[in-house]
Amino acid sequence: MTTKEALYKYVLRLGDDSLILGQRLSELCGHGPILEEDIATTNISLDLIGQATLFLEYAGSLSNEFKTNDELAFLRLEKDYLNVLLVEQPNGHFGDTIMRQFLFDAFRLPLLTKLQDSKDNTLSSIAEKALKETKYHLRHSSEWVVRLGDGTEESHHKIQESLNTLYRYSHELFFVDEADVLLQQEAIIPELDDIKSQWSQTIKDVLEMATLSLPTNNWKFEGGRMGRHSEHMGYLLAEMQYMQRTYPNMEW
Amino acid sequence: MEKVDNKDLEKKFQEKIDQDIKIEPNDWMPDNYRDTLIRQISQHAHSEVVGMLPEGNWITRAPNLRRKAVLLAKVQDEAGHGLYLYSAVETLGADREDTIDDLHSGKAKYSSIFNYPTLTWADMGAIGWLVDGAAIMNQVPLCRCSYGPYARAMVRVCKEESFHQRQGFEVMTKLAAGTPEQKEMAQDALNRFWWPALMMFGPNDADSKHTEQSMKWKIKRHTNDELRQQFVNVTVPQAEMIGLTVPDKDIKWNDSKNGYDFGAINWDEFWQVVGGNGPCNQERVEARRKAKENGSWVVEAAAAFANKRMKKTA
Repeated sequence: MTTKEALYKYVLRLGDDSLILGQRLSELCGHGPILEEDIATTNISLDLIGQATLFLEYAGSLSNEFKTNDELAFLRLEKDYLNVLLVEQPNGHFGDTIMRQFLFDAFRLPLLTKLQDSKDNTLSSIAEKALKETKYHLRHSSEWVVRLGDGTEESHHKIQESLNTLYRYSHELFFVDEADVLLQQEAIIPELDDIKSQWSQTIKDVLEMATLSLPTNNWKFEGGRMGRHSEHMGYLLAEMQYMQRTYPNMEW
Repeated sequence: MEKVDNKDLEKKFQEKIDQDIKIEPNDWMPDNYRDTLIRQISQHAHSEVVGMLPEGNWITRAPNLRRKAVLLAKVQDEAGHGLYLYSAVETLGADREDTIDDLHSGKAKYSSIFNYPTLTWADMGAIGWLVDGAAIMNQVPLCRCSYGPYARAMVRVCKEESFHQRQGFEVMTKLAAGTPEQKEMAQDALNRFWWPALMMFGPNDADSKHTEQSMKWKIKRHTNDELRQQFVNVTVPQAEMIGLTVPDKDIKWNDSKNGYDFGAINWDEFWQVVGGNGPCNQERVEARRKAKENGSWVVEAAAAFANKRMKKTA
């Protein structure tokens, strides 16, 4: 594997995480629990689609066939999407949506912070831009985890259940394969030890404020990073790819 | 004695209006003026929020990343408009949640155009171009409305609406210049949205029960028919420019009125849709009702949490 091939894979993984989570959140537009949250969710979705646009544009330039970001976003087979399983999980209720977001944001923030120092200039500049938004995303999702956890009995129970279900998907955020190792050796991407300990600290602090507890079930779901997805993914893609599949080779 | 005072106040109120002095929340105003504004502004707010649904219907299927981002931003703007307008309603002493409950119970109306379905991607173009275009015609004069908070909210809303109108027209332009399938999709969207867009200006002047009083109060500055004519005059040449045909065989330039003549509107359809028999009335209100119902535990949690924090800091 060359550095370029490894970088392609890595950038695609970041891009797909943003794309699929952005797509999931966009399903909620017009259906939020209150208007203010509708605006916030739509805004986060918009940020993520913006990040996906940049990551996939860069990935496209690294691919052997010089694909456009739209080709990558809309015309791959399911097994070629490399997002973590966490982001493709259904929106569920508001607590599920928030918990999925929180586990993700708590990882993205330290990752993007470190990626700013990447030896790869494009990657570091995308990270710098995305970091600004991600700080806000994490603040938003953490505040809601605390509010729901320490709100009513019902909300506490609900968000604890969301945590129990989704925590099993969070380990895949720290997935490492040969592509990552190669890029780490070349100081293009950071080692994950520090990021993992920051992530764990954020989770611990926020859960404590929220009066929630870490689940005892330590099972680790993974597969997305290698293109092996959950049943939810096919439906998400069928919807997202609808126009490009139905009307091939057209401009919009 | 009180009656005499009211008459005096009413006279002064009308004098202010006649001199184009804005009415502010703490100023005296006749009950009818207040009620008319609460009704109009809350229904305007509901229209923004219900209006998110037909476009939200295509966000997940937008054809490329750029269109997806633009549509997300646009629908987010609509939610923002809803927020300004609910805030404007609250300056009149109404409660936002009460007005929303009126929407859910069917007591309050919203713009009937949103009861039509969005069936293809081209509908995103048609809505921006025609529906936001018609909304701008209605709303620009509202920037000079006699009630200050409404007028100021409308200044911001109109700026964003004109962006929306341009992006809608751009979507249509691109489709109309595209493949035969794309052009057909654009024409079909124009066919379906043209007449409902004309209906957005409301009944003919002779049948409009609120117009006369609203004009006297300068809540309204032009009649429904004047605005509709203006819309037709502006829009017909735009359709021609991009090679689409407005679905009205009676469209004809009329030199003597310096505008287009156009065919008769199907007012029976209009009243049926207003009355609840539009293709999507039930789905739209149900979606809003469900959003509130599914979110009630979240709102309760936020309130309980805020309460606990207040007690801790007290």
